[in-house]
Amino acid sequence: MAWFRKHLLTFAAMVTMTILLLPNVVVAIYSFNKPNGRFNVELVRFSLDAWKHPCGTSGICDSLSLSLKIGLTASLVATILGTMIAFALGRHRFRGRSATNLLIFMPMATPEVVMGSSLLALFLNIGMSTGSLAILIAHIMFCLSFVVVAVKARVATLDPRLEEAAADLGSRPLTTFFRVTLPLVAPGIAAGALLAFSLSFDDYIITNFNASPNSITFPMYVWGAAQRGTPVQINVIGTIMFVVSVAFVLGGQLVSARRARAAS
Amino acid sequence: MADLAVAPPVAAPARGPSRPVRRRRRISWVPYLLLAPGLLWLVVFFVAPMLTTLSTSLQEGDVDNGYVLTGNPDVYWQALQAYWPQIVRSLMYAGIATLLSLALGYPLAYFIASRRGRSKNILLVLVIAPFFTSFLIRTMAWQSLLASDGGLVRKTLGGVGLGWVYDDFGHLLQLLHLSPNGEILYSPWAVVWGLTYNFLPFMILPLYTSLDRLDGRLLEAAGDLYATPRQTFRHVTWPLSLPGVVSGTLLTFIPAAGDYINSRLLGNTNTVMIGQVIDSQFLRVLDYPLAAALSFLLLALIVAMVFIYVRRAGTEELV
Repeated sequence: MAWFRKHLLTFAAMVTMTILLLPNVVVAIYSFNKPNGRFNVELVRFSLDAWKHPCGTSGICDSLSLSLKIGLTASLVATILGTMIAFALGRHRFRGRSATNLLIFMPMATPEVVMGSSLLALFLNIGMSTGSLAILIAHIMFCLSFVVVAVKARVATLDPRLEEAAADLGSRPLTTFFRVTLPLVAPGIAAGALLAFSLSFDDYIITNFNASPNSITFPMYVWGAAQRGTPVQINVIGTIMFVVSVAFVLGGQLVSARRARAAS
Repeated sequence: MADLAVAPPVAAPARGPSRPVRRRRRISWVPYLLLAPGLLWLVVFFVAPMLTTLSTSLQEGDVDNGYVLTGNPDVYWQALQAYWPQIVRSLMYAGIATLLSLALGYPLAYFIASRRGRSKNILLVLVIAPFFTSFLIRTMAWQSLLASDGGLVRKTLGGVGLGWVYDDFGHLLQLLHLSPNGEILYSPWAVVWGLTYNFLPFMILPLYTSLDRLDGRLLEAAGDLYATPRQTFRHVTWPLSLPGVVSGTLLTFIPAAGDYINSRLLGNTNTVMIGQVIDSQFLRVLDYPLAAALSFLLLALIVAMVFIYVRRAGTEELV
């Protein structure tokens, strides 16, 4: 009993971790399934078919590439705009600061269904057609705030003395920014960009409002599949995305840890 | 990696202005130039749509004959009357899911904050890793986990002779009127569970950020002053983690209240949430004024709740 109490926290943490990861394990397991019907809900027998032909069902890889394109563009633009705002908020005094904070906070406090439908109402009103461009605009809009929050947290921890030291050593402001400030804030920017990409890549509700029949993103494809029958390829792509991104992030950490060790 | 934990919106009182400014400067244009593009984007694609929605909700007419702005607010009354149950249900499901994720997320956030070095980073990566598989796919995975025949949970429990746990839980749900026929999948419970699961990382990350900042010496001091672990938690750890609790609950509650994917995939016809109503009014029924009124009501309700909540929690800056 004493042992159990001592490890209660570890136990509770492991339970939550299991809940978080269990669905990903299930997705991976079912990617090796060969279902009887159109729906991949019951394990029937082991098969590598879907892994051999990940693009085997029509439209799936087109939707994937559209999602990747939108995700990369949206996270790039949102990261640039968001980083600029984060620097203004973290580094400057200016009038209208609390209004700015409110404007940044509101998109995070608005349910997706409200943002999606409102944006559609605007597009309908000004006669702009829905489709990839509308989706991209929407994604940049809702990713922006998250980038600001991530980068701002990092800017707030910056030691201003480092930049002063650079200035004292005769560095010009622009050089200081690119050689001192930016590298120090880079982890925050990377985190913001990663978050923006995953939010954009995974968005269904806002996208669905602003999409046209020619702009089926991957989540929309999955949703459509959920109504008609779920091809096993969905699980294959889900598993690949999971493994690749975990490897990517862990790899990045390994590199930065090694660099930190080399520097010290 | 620690940076991935989105800073709790409420944590840091704006550090910019509080830092002593060494030189007195004239009004600089730099901050405005930095802000302009991003804020312009938000004004055009966030504020303007909200205003459009407000104006749409006050229009009358139909799709074929066009709409005229009449400023008649009756539609709000109609919307409330017709969809009151769905609104209350959404807020209730989201509230329960938020409490559940707090209960599940706090121990994990605390555990991660107490680790060091590499294991801490790996754990953090694992918390955000599920994000990279589409949440639709993961929610569908809960379908195959929770299903009564052929579901993995039922099968696994049955395999070790614990199948009755699953069955009895279903019966319990039926007794509590949470499930029409004792099934776990397609019940209100499954919807709340899906919401809890889907927004859990949004709870864990801000909690982790504020627990990670906690000064270990304070806990030692509490111990030195003969506080029991429970007292230390109640009087030191919990109050200091409140900023994380506030932002975590907001980041969980708000999206959960507007979500309809979980109720569509894991629920039944009696678990319809307000997001689903807005979606179908907008995209299928094409009753734009009603859909806009519902959107605006939902937003107003949430903003009001957030406002009261943040006031009571005594936090000032939200981001």
